[in-house]
Amino acid sequence: MSSRIARTLIVMPAFNEEESVGAVVREVFEKVPGVSVLVVDDGSTDATTRRAREAGALVATLPFNLGVGGAMRTGFRFALENGYENVIQIDSDGQHDPSSVPALLAELDNADLVLGARFAGEGDYVVRGPRQWAMALLAVTLSRSSATTLTDTTSGYRASGPRAVRLFAEQYPAEYLGDTIEALVIATRSGCTVRQIPVAMRARAGGVPSHDPVKAAAYLGRAVMALMFAFLRPKSSLTSRAD
Amino acid sequence: MSLPSYIAGIVSAVLALIVVAEMLRRRHLRERHAIWWLITGVLGLVVGIFPQLLVSASKILGVEVPTNLAFFVSIAVLFFVCLQHSAELTVLESKTRTLAERTAILELRLRELEKLRTAPEAD
Repeated sequence: MSSRIARTLIVMPAFNEEESVGAVVREVFEKVPGVSVLVVDDGSTDATTRRAREAGALVATLPFNLGVGGAMRTGFRFALENGYENVIQIDSDGQHDPSSVPALLAELDNADLVLGARFAGEGDYVVRGPRQWAMALLAVTLSRSSATTLTDTTSGYRASGPRAVRLFAEQYPAEYLGDTIEALVIATRSGCTVRQIPVAMRARAGGVPSHDPVKAAAYLGRAVMALMFAFLRPKSSLTSRAD
Repeated sequence: MSLPSYIAGIVSAVLALIVVAEMLRRRHLRERHAIWWLITGVLGLVVGIFPQLLVSASKILGVEVPTNLAFFVSIAVLFFVCLQHSAELTVLESKTRTLAERTAILELRLRELEKLRTAPEAD
């Protein structure tokens, strides 16, 4: 297990998170000793880079904001070029509890991509209205596509095994919702197996999830569109290049 | 059609062609972007010189008012040019994105290398 942790890179996309990023990095080091942490500063205008570096993380600073998709692809590329086999994405706002990292890593034995699901029993994270419908629709569609039961497809807490890292370093979608939904579709369509395990979520350090019905409806619309086009896009071929 | 409007049509088509040609000459416009403007300019010039062509084309296509055909063709061209620009923008954005990611990784690597280089001196 410990050697596996040494070959694992924790990637934390961070956009203007100077208040939380340092604490989250320290918590990761404390709860998962021996792991490498890469914070990808996604064009922040505050001291995110400095705080993360002070906490002992490797920091890649993007010259401007690319969104979570761009930040994560940077992380996957860095992992691939530096010999890391697994990548675990953790939010830098403290929403994800790093103590689930070993469980996510262990589940990589059975899958290429492991999602930390918020609604699978642990924690007390709830949503309602159009946002809930969107999540339900995504869960049903993506569960069928990946031939496993997924309840929380937009979770940003996920672990990628060697095959998924190679795939995502090549193509990780930059569009809105692409980093969660389309990434899943890309993975399943290129033959990666997906599993989910329950993780506890904490309340976000700053702000609460939006309950504005208009925003939630827009989210539903964009989710449906993202899903549709993800399936319509030409299949990516992992096996032809990497294996 | 009055003589002044006949002349005005030809002059504006010629002007459009001159502007496109000049921009091409100064390399302010790449050929693959200019091709649509050149085609439209030439088409405008031909129709400007022989308005009868537009009328007979409308008759063949069953368009009752010939100017409507002119509008339709112009809007169709503008539509495709806009679409081409959106596509080019997407390509450019994804290239910029790749470059930004590359830069961030290289900067990090450089930083780590510099750390290694200065470490022995500190000992």
